[in-house]
Amino acid sequence: MALNAQTISDDEFFFGHKACAGCGGSLAVRAALKVLGPNAVAALPAGCMSAVGFNFPQLAFANNAMITPFAATAAVLTGIEAGLRAQGKKPDDCTVVGFAGDGGTADIGLQALSGAIDRNDDVLYICYDNEAYMNTGIQKSSLTPFGAKTTTTPAGANAHGCLTQKKNLFEIVAAHGIPYAATASVGYLPDFIRKVERARDIRGTRYIHVIAPCPTGWGCGVDETVGIAKDIVDCGLWYLAEYEGEQVCGRTGGRFKLNRDPREFSSVEAYLRRQGRFRALSDDEVAAVEAARDAKWEAMRREWA
Amino acid sequence: MKRFLSGDEAFAEGVRLARPQVISAYPITPQTVVVERLSEMVEAGDLAAEYVHVESEHSALSCAIGASAAGARTFTATSSQGLLYMAECLTYASGGRFPIVMMNANRATALPWNIYGDQRDSLALLDHGWIQVYAVNNQEALDLALLAYAVAEDARVRTPVMVNLDGFALTHTYETVDVPTPDQADAFLPPYDGVGNRFDFDQPVNIGFSAGPEYNRYFKYWEHRDMLDAAPQVIEEAEARFAEVLGRRYPGMIECVSCDDADVVLVTLGSAAGLARGVVERLRAQGVRAGMLRIRYLRPMPSALIAEALRGARAVGVLEKDVSFGAEGTVFTNVNSALHQAGANVPTYNFIGGLGGDDISESQVEGMFAMLAQAAEGNANLPRVSFLGIDSVPSACRPPEQADAADGCSTRSSCDPDMPCLGFADQGAPARAHSMGLNSPLDCSMRTEVRGASAIPRISGTAAALADVGGPAMCDEGGR
Repeated sequence: MALNAQTISDDEFFFGHKACAGCGGSLAVRAALKVLGPNAVAALPAGCMSAVGFNFPQLAFANNAMITPFAATAAVLTGIEAGLRAQGKKPDDCTVVGFAGDGGTADIGLQALSGAIDRNDDVLYICYDNEAYMNTGIQKSSLTPFGAKTTTTPAGANAHGCLTQKKNLFEIVAAHGIPYAATASVGYLPDFIRKVERARDIRGTRYIHVIAPCPTGWGCGVDETVGIAKDIVDCGLWYLAEYEGEQVCGRTGGRFKLNRDPREFSSVEAYLRRQGRFRALSDDEVAAVEAARDAKWEAMRREWA
Repeated sequence: MKRFLSGDEAFAEGVRLARPQVISAYPITPQTVVVERLSEMVEAGDLAAEYVHVESEHSALSCAIGASAAGARTFTATSSQGLLYMAECLTYASGGRFPIVMMNANRATALPWNIYGDQRDSLALLDHGWIQVYAVNNQEALDLALLAYAVAEDARVRTPVMVNLDGFALTHTYETVDVPTPDQADAFLPPYDGVGNRFDFDQPVNIGFSAGPEYNRYFKYWEHRDMLDAAPQVIEEAEARFAEVLGRRYPGMIECVSCDDADVVLVTLGSAAGLARGVVERLRAQGVRAGMLRIRYLRPMPSALIAEALRGARAVGVLEKDVSFGAEGTVFTNVNSALHQAGANVPTYNFIGGLGGDDISESQVEGMFAMLAQAAEGNANLPRVSFLGIDSVPSACRPPEQADAADGCSTRSSCDPDMPCLGFADQGAPARAHSMGLNSPLDCSMRTEVRGASAIPRISGTAAALADVGGPAMCDEGGR
């Protein structure tokens, strides 16, 4: 059954935590667990969601959940899944799911993630991407976009924030030949929910990369999370896409699919200027961001359409 | 069934008999043979386990943690840099009270890069909350695979166990080993029942959470208390049951060889204890009251047992294959603490050797006893901490071929009073020693010198026993 706002469970599996107001990451975790249900087993590394959810004695997960070493989200998922299966104790509707941030996924956790995909372990890995190490107070990760000011990429006279481009993790993951990978945004929750549901029903390793704004780190209002998460998709700096591996789509090399291909983008400049972190960007730099977007979309439309 | 197995192979047989449900495997010399054999056992259907090819040691232990949280019996193995790479996961495993068993092939740590045996790896991680046990031979290695699960999984303990095998000295050395039958192993080791510390689909749990300043100390105290209080008792019970079922009795936290009336005792751990035992037996046959104490379990630390065993000694040496740089050997620190707490006033000496696979020779061990004998006679000028082959080496030591054969010594000669070996001008040449039952066939090889500011007085009287020594024998037949 395709889930939507009407049919999704009223049960809550992630509540009573102490996430910041407007936290996009907690929204992603909450929605995903509603889709996955009570038999999901969650693993979370050091990061925002474990920091806000696992404070003894105030434990915020209603399903089985555990904390993992920072670099080890995927390896712990592997172990949980293997352990349950080896004992014959894995319920049919049990999804072993990891929730890790951008740093925990694209930086320190990338090796373990790659290993799990290589083994095609039957786990779902969800990266909630708030584009910096937010739990430690807004430091650059490899998913921090060009021009974003963080506490380790200051905006000053010589540099206007982050000097590197956002790592293309979705395609790195897809290049493994993973059965299923998707990008999403908490601004398009029905799309995210659909992808979690889709991933839930596929066997092997699945990966969802969901953009989850962090008002604290992005410099926007706490009521702007969803709006900005829509905006980043609408202006084309993020995209909603899926990759189906060969074993799922039957096509050699797998298949990419753009879920949303806007005829016209909304303003990149407006998206950037509404956030404090991009305040130092010059008009030229904004134009460069826009040019990079166009090049990316040209390639996606050419190769994925 | 008797089989001729290397330590790695013997341990793999023990793991097979323990029936782990999840094995996370990553190769590293000299552990690799273990995961190779296990993969063959799984392939052949002799072992029903999920065999996970993890991509690093960090993931090896993390995978084991996840599997243990799921309630499965888990195994992994590592060595050296691999152990260090997974170091942060060690505290997750112990703090989470996951009863994982891990074999560690004791190996040197870089730099310089070195694949051979020493104990720098596990001793550097002594404080990470794992029970640490050291095997002396391949039979014990195999048996420890079973015993370790019995101890780790006991509800009173619930603490991971690291079983240490000296790299190459055990892992790659073949011995005749009695391999129990699966029925025997099953009779000894029941399946793991992780109730209370595992995921539960009827009553979901959050495990491995965070705990702030107001609660943290309780978790840490329980972790400490359970290992310190419960583990020794559980180890004893497990060994008693093991003896009943399999007919081999192990001696508990420590093993004492002729310690009761010993004047001089050498404390050590791992395979070096086999060497020390032989020397002790020979010295005893010669009338020297020598003893050996083998630490089997270094965590929990059997402080009271060690102090009790050493209380009557007049001098104690600690031989270990590691050093805490800038301090002393870690085992030495621990033994000293045990003695101090028990009010046992015994002079102690630290012999650091076997680093990077360096052989420790019998004559060196004899030299250690010789030095301890000198200490027992009141020589206060002996080095407390010395490196075998370095601190004790006479700076002017001649290679063997230049040794003065006339005095019966194969190496250079402190036998010759006119030609001091040391190169320290103020140092008198040691006399030959003949007391305490040691006489000429041994004394040359025991001979070593002390480097340091203090002059070593000429030895006279009974103290001359083993006495023309100031440090472990470095000037042995090997001509080091």
